[in-house]
Amino acid sequence: MSMILFFAAAASDAEPMMEVTGQAASVAIEILILTLLVATAVSMIRMRQLFGVAMLSGIYSLLSAAFFVALDAVDVAFTEAAVGAGVSTVLVLSGIALTAKREMPVDRRRQLLPLLIVFVTGGALVYSTIDMPAFGDPQAPANAYVGAEYIAQTPQDVEVPNIVTAVLASYRGFDTLGETVVVFTAGLACLLLLGTTLRGGGKGGRD
Amino acid sequence: MYLTAGIAIIVAMALMLARAIVGPTVYDRVLAVNSFGTKTVLLLGVLGFLTGRPAFLDIALLYALINFIATIAILKFFRYGRLTGVMSDENPAREELR
Repeated sequence: MSMILFFAAAASDAEPMMEVTGQAASVAIEILILTLLVATAVSMIRMRQLFGVAMLSGIYSLLSAAFFVALDAVDVAFTEAAVGAGVSTVLVLSGIALTAKREMPVDRRRQLLPLLIVFVTGGALVYSTIDMPAFGDPQAPANAYVGAEYIAQTPQDVEVPNIVTAVLASYRGFDTLGETVVVFTAGLACLLLLGTTLRGGGKGGRD
Repeated sequence: MYLTAGIAIIVAMALMLARAIVGPTVYDRVLAVNSFGTKTVLLLGVLGFLTGRPAFLDIALLYALINFIATIAILKFFRYGRLTGVMSDENPAREELR
């Protein structure tokens, strides 16, 4: 459960018993989703047919988006669903169109260095979580300064049930507008590069 | 009750996943991914009711839209081999003629 849900649960006047069973149930569902994620990842690694891997990566994105929603990180889940399941599946398919249909098995010795890098990176990430403040710690920087203000003021100021949405769309609205402009420009540039001009207005006519 | 529904949906997701892994043809996999997206939408709805916040339903609806677009994109890619500028073409057979 994320911090926001923690506060929402603390603030809501629902019966405590209901809250506990609801939380246990969503933890059970989260564990099931994570199991499916692991199964998807392992079969993506083992599969040699690249189209199947692209489809499985779409499934992986959908699953992780569902998991992010279960963790109450709705904005992250949106990005994951749009970029992961939508755009990147299509990009991977376009890549497959340019290369072979099947993946060649890789030499064992060439797998060692990437494995080492993955382990070192993962170890560094796990090590960095040790320094993080405990979950729900009121002294944590995320809860101490402006965060407390947002949590207190959002119901009156914005009247949006999700505080993250309120922060992104209202308190930091200009910031989000700038980000959207940047992403829109990047998308336009990609479209121009990838070729709406291949047809009609192009020089050769055919691509 | 919502927990049972959620677990049933996850079991259905596992079946879709198995079809996407095993599925011999392209269409098995496309269909598996599409129904997997539908199951995700359902799961989000159930999760919303499970945590007592049905506002999740809006998100689930948006997911349905994204899933639809992704499936259309994949199928279009398979029909035409690319993604841009083919919708105006009534008869794809003309592509080969030119």
